[in-house]
Amino acid sequence: MTYEYYSSLALVSSVVVYALAMLAHAAEWAAARRLGVTKPAARELVDVVAAEMRRPELAQTGPELVEGPDQPDSGLAVDSENDPAASRRVEQFGRIGVALTIIGFLLSVAGVVTRALAAHRAPWGNMFEFTITAMVLFVGVYLILVWRAGLRWLGLPVTLLAAVGNGLAVTVFYVAVAPLVPALHSVWFLIHIVAAAISGAAFTVGGVMSILYLIKKRAEERGTVRGYFGRLPDSRRIDLIAYRFLAFAFPLWTFTVAAGAIWAQYAWGRYWGWDPKETWALVTWVIYACYLHARSTAGWRGTKAAVIAIIGLASFWFNFVGINLLVSGLHSYAGI
Amino acid sequence: MTTTKTRDPAAESSRPAPQADLPRLGWRGGLRYLWTQLTSMRTALILLFALALAAIPGSLVPQRRISPVRVADFINEHPMLGPLYDNLGLFGVYSSPWFSAIYLLLFVSLVGCIIPRTIVYAKALRARPPKTPLNLVRLPAYAAVEIADRDHDVLDRAAAALRRRHYRVDVRDDSVAAERGYLREAGNLVFHVSLIFVLIGVAIGVLFGFRGTSVVIVGQGFSNNLTQYDDFSAGARFTDGDLVPFSVSLKGFDVKFETGPVQRGAARLFRADVEVTDGPGAAPRQEILEVNKPLHVGGTTVHLIGHGYAPKVTVKDAQGNVAFSGPVVMLPQDGNFSSMGAIKAPDARPERLAFEGFFLPTAALNEEGPHSIFPDALNPALFVNVWYGPPKVETGKPENVYSLDTAGLSQLKEADGEPVRIGLKVGDGVNLPDGKGSIQLDGWVRWVKLQIGATPGVPISLIALGFAVTGLCLSLFVRPRRVWIRVRGGEAARNVVEVGGLDRADARAGLTEDVAELAAELSRRPEDVSPR
Repeated sequence: MTYEYYSSLALVSSVVVYALAMLAHAAEWAAARRLGVTKPAARELVDVVAAEMRRPELAQTGPELVEGPDQPDSGLAVDSENDPAASRRVEQFGRIGVALTIIGFLLSVAGVVTRALAAHRAPWGNMFEFTITAMVLFVGVYLILVWRAGLRWLGLPVTLLAAVGNGLAVTVFYVAVAPLVPALHSVWFLIHIVAAAISGAAFTVGGVMSILYLIKKRAEERGTVRGYFGRLPDSRRIDLIAYRFLAFAFPLWTFTVAAGAIWAQYAWGRYWGWDPKETWALVTWVIYACYLHARSTAGWRGTKAAVIAIIGLASFWFNFVGINLLVSGLHSYAGI
Repeated sequence: MTTTKTRDPAAESSRPAPQADLPRLGWRGGLRYLWTQLTSMRTALILLFALALAAIPGSLVPQRRISPVRVADFINEHPMLGPLYDNLGLFGVYSSPWFSAIYLLLFVSLVGCIIPRTIVYAKALRARPPKTPLNLVRLPAYAAVEIADRDHDVLDRAAAALRRRHYRVDVRDDSVAAERGYLREAGNLVFHVSLIFVLIGVAIGVLFGFRGTSVVIVGQGFSNNLTQYDDFSAGARFTDGDLVPFSVSLKGFDVKFETGPVQRGAARLFRADVEVTDGPGAAPRQEILEVNKPLHVGGTTVHLIGHGYAPKVTVKDAQGNVAFSGPVVMLPQDGNFSSMGAIKAPDARPERLAFEGFFLPTAALNEEGPHSIFPDALNPALFVNVWYGPPKVETGKPENVYSLDTAGLSQLKEADGEPVRIGLKVGDGVNLPDGKGSIQLDGWVRWVKLQIGATPGVPISLIALGFAVTGLCLSLFVRPRRVWIRVRGGEAARNVVEVGGLDRADARAGLTEDVAELAAELSRRPEDVSPR
């Protein structure tokens, strides 16, 4: 029995546990259907201020360093007396979901660590290893948000993505442990890839929130905020949190691209060569630049900006999955 | 309506305006209108989108500058699309007029945005914080406290408290106005100016830089002059005199491949031992050249970007004289280094000889024919066809050394009409049919592909990138805020202190708490306020 074996075992288990967590969160959402329609619109502004007053800790710091006491989310105050049993069920399923997510997270951390031990190096040498590391960061950020800021309502999309991500990693992207190709022997290997993984995780959180924002906003405008969506913060607040994540990720992504250019100058003798991966990194950067500009342009805030953020996320993931598997270039490290 | 007018402002001014009630723009007004449009945020957004969209085809369609061979293949395979794409510039997206137009417009728009904003910012830096609004209670955050006894110094205390919190403070008659977060706009401007400097650095590299490659066989060398390059491209302002006169001698080249079951054949080590002479008369120094460790000679860098095999071959002509002897560079065609090339013996008499075929480092035979199954030279073999023809007049015309131009040559055939195929292992030699001569595989040697180049603008771009990231962080994380404090006379010699706050960035953060805290601090007696 080797480290590599334990790594695979832990990762496969994490997929199963994440899938169970997803089911628990799905049950949480389903149970919330009983909670009925939430009164929209009129209380929006009050809610924003109330949320701001109750939760200064999230507002003051960046998304990574959220501090302050654990408090129930502002959205949870809605309609809980409607049906106490349903409310209790929602709470139970939610807690089960988070507990399972923590187990899945620990398993995937174990998977990454044993993978590193098996390979005797940082586990970021190929697509499989990058995916499992990025998923650890992604779920880690989510769990910090649950712990510090009560963002449990992200549970369903996060566990879904985590299960799919790790699931793809262990099935499609999997490659056995092997040493690095010479091009990766560089200190920039650590800098470039860690920055890419962190900004990828933050882009993903921001993108998920933007999707929830669009759904919630639509429901608010139609006055049909039902079930679990009644438990989400109001759309303006979701938009704000999404913005914080993307505003954190964008400079880091700028740095990732810059670090990649510096490394390319060392490794290939040119800092920019329009390699497909480089091109799509720039495309992603430009799309998120659009997002930031859109947020400060009249007529582009809100829905349009959120759509741009989602396009940006799609571009990021296409650059990772599509370019690795479909297009040949200098960044062909997938090893599949 | 106005767009149709401004599109041709010159023509517009020479004829009467179509509608009398529209104000005439004139050519000057038209230009100003165009400029305003170009520098608006909306245009910047559209140009950014256009840039993202325009960059995409270059990653999906093969590009001439990156892989000319794949472009040629694409044109051959797509007789309809190929020429169309070519006309649209899709094989050279990043140097095409439309791509250049987008980013140049974007940068013009950027400059047009930065200049007025810099002026506004410079004024804002000198200006006093804005006047205290009449109704502080209407601000997003508000707090009011009563002060127990008369306190004439409360405004001074308020000013001091705000200064401690890094506000710029302006004390007026009955109020204090304060603002902070000036660095946000500074960061924003620095970021955008830095982008221009990144582009300037790139432009300098393109204008004054050069890049070329040279294939160097182990045991041989490279000296830095134009004749030694296999391909070479340089900027418009580059002159041959800019080449540093160094030379590199390749003493040895180590390469190791994965032999384990996982990623079998993947490269694990490339290491070239070289002797570098910095200039004529300089003492040679020993250096090691690896993938992430380029050589630096003067302002020029030497990168190791490829390698391959050169079989050592001896060709004798029909008269038994050596017509060719030495290593022949062959170009790898796949990951296992099945290498293709041509061996030319133009000096063979009475007829010149030429061979075309494959060198296989680890040869194996199957139904597809001979091919290599591992990139290292475990079972090297050479497979060639034979061509012959009358001696050619030396024209001095350059020809491709890696492929054979069969014009004026006939293929050597067996009695049954099948082309002669020769397979050689190291040390093997065969006589050609009809007494045309002989060929022998003496051994093989590795070659490396060196990329030699200089990109003078890199330091500028690099420093600008550092500023860009710093400025970006400032512009995203600094939160400008305005706070006003007013003292109002209350009943019975009691004063009311009002505190109001306003955040100017949309990521509102703890404003209410800060305002409440300020009010609480001011409500305490001066001696209670502990110095920070």
